[in-house]
Amino acid sequence: MREGGGSRKSRMTETVLRSSAPERRFSVDMRALSPFIALIVLMIAGALINPDFLTASNLLNVVTRSAFIAIIAVGATFVIAGGGLDLSVGSMAALTAGVMILTLNALGSADLGSLALGMLVAVGLGAACGLANGVIVTFGRIEPFIVTLGTMGIFRSLVIWLAAGGTISMRNMELRELYRPVYFGSIFGIPVPIIVFLTVAAIGALILYKTSFGRHVVALGSNEDVARYSGVPIWRVRTLTYVIQGICVGIAILVYVPRLGSATPTTGLLWELQAITAVVIGGTALRGGIGRVWGTVVGAIILELVANIMVLSDFVSEFLVGAVQGAIIIIAMLVQRSLQRGR
Amino acid sequence: MRRRTVLKLAVTAGLLAGVATGVSAQEKKNVTIGVSIPAATHGWTGGVVYHAQEAAKRLEQTYPGLKVVVKTSPDGASQANALEDLTAQNIDALVVLPFNSDELTGPVREVKRNGTFVTVVDRGLTDPAIQDIYVAGNNPEFGRVAGKYFVDNLKEGNVVVLRGIPTVIDEERVSNFEKALEGSGVKVIDKQYANWNRDDAFRVMQDYLAKHPKIDAVWASDDDMALGVLEAIRQAKRDDIKFVLGGAGMKEMVKRVMEGDKMIPANVSYPPAMIATAMNTTASQFYSNAPMRGTYVLDAELITKENAEEHYYPNSPF
Repeated sequence: MREGGGSRKSRMTETVLRSSAPERRFSVDMRALSPFIALIVLMIAGALINPDFLTASNLLNVVTRSAFIAIIAVGATFVIAGGGLDLSVGSMAALTAGVMILTLNALGSADLGSLALGMLVAVGLGAACGLANGVIVTFGRIEPFIVTLGTMGIFRSLVIWLAAGGTISMRNMELRELYRPVYFGSIFGIPVPIIVFLTVAAIGALILYKTSFGRHVVALGSNEDVARYSGVPIWRVRTLTYVIQGICVGIAILVYVPRLGSATPTTGLLWELQAITAVVIGGTALRGGIGRVWGTVVGAIILELVANIMVLSDFVSEFLVGAVQGAIIIIAMLVQRSLQRGR
Repeated sequence: MRRRTVLKLAVTAGLLAGVATGVSAQEKKNVTIGVSIPAATHGWTGGVVYHAQEAAKRLEQTYPGLKVVVKTSPDGASQANALEDLTAQNIDALVVLPFNSDELTGPVREVKRNGTFVTVVDRGLTDPAIQDIYVAGNNPEFGRVAGKYFVDNLKEGNVVVLRGIPTVIDEERVSNFEKALEGSGVKVIDKQYANWNRDDAFRVMQDYLAKHPKIDAVWASDDDMALGVLEAIRQAKRDDIKFVLGGAGMKEMVKRVMEGDKMIPANVSYPPAMIATAMNTTASQFYSNAPMRGTYVLDAELITKENAEEHYYPNSPF
């Protein structure tokens, strides 16, 4: 019922927002391309540093590893494009993973049914956590930075409490083996996590670029007042961006849990910063108003590639890895900016 | 105003009463020990919390009249507050595992100034004059024992090392590990930080496997990291790696040592139960005539199949 009302209302505003769309699309063309160029430059650099870098197994490892951050960052693209921010995703991921494993342990049996139920719990809990963030931000009228900083602490403490400071591990080894291929398996030579994050990104891109909801998110991020006067249902749209973020965290956990089969109080530490970095590298404006789903995915891969190149290279001492990583990210952004200006 | 004075009087009276009973009834001496430890933010501190609570229960049973108050804090600043709260409860002794040495030296000195007996655990204060008892694990020994295991069992070959979080603890462990390898055929071909974290260790190990065609053994230096390393090796299906040595004695890993897992032939202890050692010696200070003041350095023991059972705590979260 509410859905129908919303789309009717949005149809009214569609013309207003759509009129400027073609213009916008052309002006950001280079901006959309630049993360891909940065990716290619990094690949060349990696190949020069160590010939092992370009082996299929290494590249597949790296892209597979970037899946968690990539999936979470697709959700973050919605939140940030809508002018919000979510700092709680790392803790939320840890909590979701913990609860999912506890659910699987409670069910106990090694069959697809209990696995599916566990997965449902993970995605459902992610969505619920996102809804909580969204509702507090919109109806409480509190800065998202503060709200999600608060829930970050809450989710983290909850997982520490559930684990009693230790580790939550999958106890049923048969179930573990049954679930394992979701991270380690592949379909037609492509690892499953890569397929999952490409699918998530494709759906995300479809929602952000092709639906009225997506245009509302961008409108909300570029100017809240104008969006409100244009009839965008601000509260609902904003809350939904956080729900999407929560669902993405849930999906990321579906591929995270089969890898090590455990959640610890350090699971997902600093993932929020990595996700935000991936979003910004991808060309989404941190102040909102522009969202680039595919750029975000490339941003997540770039982050993981930089870390990989650091380990593969021999001329950076382990004490300085962080500094060089930081420098590479800044340089990559500078190159992107100069490309945009040069156009 | 008046109410406050009355309160103060009541408190003083209570205190006097406490002292009086302590003197009159020798076998039922009233002592309060405050225990301040980090909250369970990762596996090892989770173990510390567990063993502190177990020891508190046990000690209160052993010594009637003894009260043990355990307080956990999520960071250094809140631990400083917790110390003030404990002081307000008139503790006779404090057992503290400080978050970090610099930040908490001042607050612990304040507690000491009230005449409280102070026991410091694991991380030493910058001013050792404050402590009456110091109980510590042996980080240099932790590295040395691990290094010796590689020299004895591998004789020669290539080893990769996963470091923890850049701290003094990590530096002492790794530098002494390398010192123990000197002059042997065992060579460290790579070392990187993996932050005592499973996911980071998985990532670093995948990259090691891509970079080095032949690795003979892995020093994961920590059990959480060892678990990530094992998954990465299993995925790569490499059979050149003979074993992985972790450390700290996590129950899952000790169990595998006990069961004779070929990839996990041993472990090196760094027991979170050292908090219990500290609490026991502190209680003995009040309930026995034996001299207790001094420094206790616990051995980093090599855990093998033979002695694994005494290092296995199935109920501990760690």
